[in-house]
Amino acid sequence: MGAQLRVYKRRIKSVTATKKITKAMEMIAASRVVKAQRKVAASTPYATELTRAVTAVGTGSNTQHPLTTEAESATRAAVLLLTSDRGLAGAFNSNAIKAAEQLTARLVAEGKEVDTYIVGRRGVAHYNFRERKIAEQWSGFTDQPEYADAKAVAGPLIEAIEKDTAEGGVDELHIVYTEFVSMMTQTAVDGRLLPLSLEEVAAEESAKKDEILPLYDFEPSAEDVLDALLPRYVESRIYNAMLQSAASKHAATRRAMKSATDNAGDLINALTRSANAARQAEITQEISEIVGGASALADATAGSDK
Amino acid sequence: MAAELHVELVAADRSVWSGEATLVVARTTSGDIGVMPGHQPLLGVLESGPVTIRTTDGGTVVAAVHGGFISFADNKLSLLAEIAELSDEIDVQRAERAFERAKSEADASAERRADVRLRAVAAR
Repeated sequence: MGAQLRVYKRRIKSVTATKKITKAMEMIAASRVVKAQRKVAASTPYATELTRAVTAVGTGSNTQHPLTTEAESATRAAVLLLTSDRGLAGAFNSNAIKAAEQLTARLVAEGKEVDTYIVGRRGVAHYNFRERKIAEQWSGFTDQPEYADAKAVAGPLIEAIEKDTAEGGVDELHIVYTEFVSMMTQTAVDGRLLPLSLEEVAAEESAKKDEILPLYDFEPSAEDVLDALLPRYVESRIYNAMLQSAASKHAATRRAMKSATDNAGDLINALTRSANAARQAEITQEISEIVGGASALADATAGSDK
Repeated sequence: MAAELHVELVAADRSVWSGEATLVVARTTSGDIGVMPGHQPLLGVLESGPVTIRTTDGGTVVAAVHGGFISFADNKLSLLAEIAELSDEIDVQRAERAFERAKSEADASAERRADVRLRAVAAR
């Protein structure tokens, strides 16, 4: 076998191995997307019921709460950025980071200081590399987030917003995550989580189903219910964002791995063609050498005959 | 047909139980509360404790609920809990072990959680 042909053969073998790996990763991601989607669906009843309850308190009482009142001049905002622990997901992480950076720039332009909270190793690494400050970070659960993880993330954030701004607390809480629109589309979105405007939630809820909420009896009191309800609401929103982000990440991985598999296939085709050409060239060369040698021999014999 | 109310018991990550019931007893921060069909709209904060649901076919469903809310309106009752387990799902031995361990480690919240589980099983 000629040197050229051997190089082609070796490359084909390595690309075939890569293709097998990316194919396997694609299948794993595909099955995880379904699982993650199911988890999003399973968490929906809790979120809807919680939203209903928040709406009920919002419309049924005139309670004021630190989590719902807007500071007159907000000076500091927290941004929670949800990324993934692992890459190989196309532009998934960079899109989320870009969205967070745009949001940060907007907040800074409004004259606010920004504290960044990050979930996922990818986002943390991005910020660390650029030596930007991270207020707090979490990682290790982004593939399959549990409710307890959302609680762990929400805790310090709620604490920060309840603290006075002068003592290092924040006035606003924004969240950046990747919304799972469909298998093909995932978009990085940002939204303000706190302060929560009860009217907005109520308007959203009543727009969905045309109904008038009854007058509730609060046990023990509207304030206490709201006190207990709002942190749970924030947790559930963060949990939902985490689940969507996980589903999006798996979908992005699936797509990235699918195109990697396709590319590997194309590469194998091209390499096989080149290898075939190399082999053919080798054979042609051998034939011409044999023919050349034979005719030289024939010429030599013919000469000696004379 | 006797009056009945629709119950949804949902935990943060799943729907635990749903069905028709004639009576639901739960523990709020200001004491036990029983809800029967036609109760006036209610929204309350739940304590950790067992929730008893008397179903229309005469059976009883007991669940251990760790914090959460109860809301009732239009004959629909929702119990929202971060963690909720039906008594059949609770592993008694594990709960007992957890109870002992929490006691020896003086972990009050873990002890309460295990205690609620055990009480839910006992009420079955």
